[in-house]
Amino acid sequence: MRLESRTAVSRIAPLYSGIGAILFTLAVSGLLIFWANADVLSAYKAIFEGALGSRFAITETLTRATPLILTGLAAAIAFRARLFNIGAEGQLYMGAIAAVAASTLMMNEANELALPAPMAFAAMIAAGAAAGAALLLIPTLLKTRFKVDEVVTTLLLNFIALLFVSLLLDGPLKDPAAMGWPQSPTLPSELEFSKLLDRARVHTGLLMAIGLAILLWFVIRFTRFGLAMRAVGANEQAARFAGVGVNFTLIKVALISGALAGLAGVGEVAGRTGYVTLDMSPGYGYSGIVIAMLAGLNPIGVVFAAVFVGGTIVGADAMSRAVNVPTYIADVIVATALLAVLVAGLLTRYRVVWRNPKVPGGSR
Amino acid sequence: MNEFLTLLGDAEFWIAVLRIATPLIFGTLGVLLCERAGVLNLGIEGILVAGAFLGWLTVYSGGGLWLGVLVAAIAGGVLGALHALLVVRLPLSQHVAGLGITLFATSLSYFAYRVVFPKVDSPPKIEPFQPMEWLGLPILSAQTPLTLLAILLVPALWYVLTRTPLGLAIRAVGESPHAVEAQGINVMHLRTGAVVAGSALMGVAGSFLTLSAFNSFFFNMVNGRGWICVALIVFASWRPGKALLGALLFAFFDAAQLRLQQSGGGALPYQLYLMLPYVLSIVALVLVARKAAYPQALMQPYVKGSR
Repeated sequence: MRLESRTAVSRIAPLYSGIGAILFTLAVSGLLIFWANADVLSAYKAIFEGALGSRFAITETLTRATPLILTGLAAAIAFRARLFNIGAEGQLYMGAIAAVAASTLMMNEANELALPAPMAFAAMIAAGAAAGAALLLIPTLLKTRFKVDEVVTTLLLNFIALLFVSLLLDGPLKDPAAMGWPQSPTLPSELEFSKLLDRARVHTGLLMAIGLAILLWFVIRFTRFGLAMRAVGANEQAARFAGVGVNFTLIKVALISGALAGLAGVGEVAGRTGYVTLDMSPGYGYSGIVIAMLAGLNPIGVVFAAVFVGGTIVGADAMSRAVNVPTYIADVIVATALLAVLVAGLLTRYRVVWRNPKVPGGSR
Repeated sequence: MNEFLTLLGDAEFWIAVLRIATPLIFGTLGVLLCERAGVLNLGIEGILVAGAFLGWLTVYSGGGLWLGVLVAAIAGGVLGALHALLVVRLPLSQHVAGLGITLFATSLSYFAYRVVFPKVDSPPKIEPFQPMEWLGLPILSAQTPLTLLAILLVPALWYVLTRTPLGLAIRAVGESPHAVEAQGINVMHLRTGAVVAGSALMGVAGSFLTLSAFNSFFFNMVNGRGWICVALIVFASWRPGKALLGALLFAFFDAAQLRLQQSGGGALPYQLYLMLPYVLSIVALVLVARKAAYPQALMQPYVKGSR
């Protein structure tokens, strides 16, 4: 078996490959649902209705999608420049804790840093973005200065960041009213993101995320920085030869990517929970990578992929309650979809030749 | 400081070091095999989970302990074959495919655990491997046979890699697959074989956690050990002997922080101690990074007939 580049890629090939990937994913997860002794069709129906079947379902899916759009964008922009930021999970937590820290400093009347609420709101968002960016800056500088592979360092920093947040929740940012539970003080209500709809949790963070997706699409596509970034990602040596400051570009990409992941944390604190706990993210940072890949690293695609993943999680939760299939099926579906989409995308560009030609360059 | 010196004279401490090192030795040797053949395998974290779960499940359902290890190795091999299909046969990004395998294997293991045990609060226990008291050696006697296997694997892998034609071919395919192909050796088969074998070792590393270090399976028990193996291999410059050294050194600091955490009496927040192994891994990476001799073709997909 070997691969051969397709000379002409059909315009509707992505459609075929998308449908193929969806069918494959449904088949694999269907087998697992069957194994869990549930009726496959009613389980799928429960997932779909749980994700999109009612006003409540849709708003819950969008609430879930909000942090996922931001971590997806964080991964998409970094991967575009071949900066493998696998540390969005840690950056999210740093953003969340920094937002809480900044708000407790600035909303305290006795403190000289005290600011009026609108300025404190802006400062809280800036603090969260800066904290996320700072956490990614470390491995990026190690990469540009010492050639340390950023994959492993960003992965390891996730664990360090979570322990650091845990340390703060036991110490200076412990909520005295939380009865020993590791939890930060609650944000003052003036700093919370306002809700978009009555009787729903979906908040203005969603608009911020979508706005940033559009902005990022524009930047990548139409600006000099976007071109430099794509050049670095496509061929670092060629980019350097063409006069692109490779290291500087990577650092700028890192600051944006880390800030986006930090904003995901700000959005969760200020829009949903109100305080930081150690289980506030069920792996949103890691899911962001999957979302970015599902979207082909396209910022607009990230929004849709995030809604798909968010909907799968919300739908699987509802289905789990209804027909008793473990909620972990959501992660299996997402992982299978990722692998299927990767393979399907590849097959639109290559064709598989099962037998090697006997004579090199011979009959095809 | 005094406390530290008493630590070094304490046999219990060294027993802990070797116990902590064992899964890291298996895992790092697994990473070594994959990367020497030119394949980054970030599926390791998920393969550890799958090995831990399936090894434990086998023993729990009445299989022998060694059967559990074998099942874990096979599970690792199957996931390795999937990874090889994605990144060796098909030239997909090794980063992304590996992370996909980790997500897939982890979630599938957790899903399967919940299907088999829908309503258990405390995870069911098994009878794990016993220490090899018959050995009659100071620290090694307190270890289980898997630790001995891990240590013996180091010279074995060294021998295969440096003294056999197969080892030469594996190393060559990680440096220059085109040269290997020119010798009439099938690059795809060789890389696939190395990834499957390396992943099987990762599966065994996982089974050590549930069949020897602990006696049951619980969520998040792998806790980044796989990523640490990926860091250790850079520190070990892709050599089996240094991989053993790196795993022992890492385990030394991990055991020391555990001990200091207990005896320190809360002078420092416990999180600082827990951070130490991860921080040290990064420091080690920085120290060796400049002269790290990555296999030349690492992460380079090989498409026949292309340059």
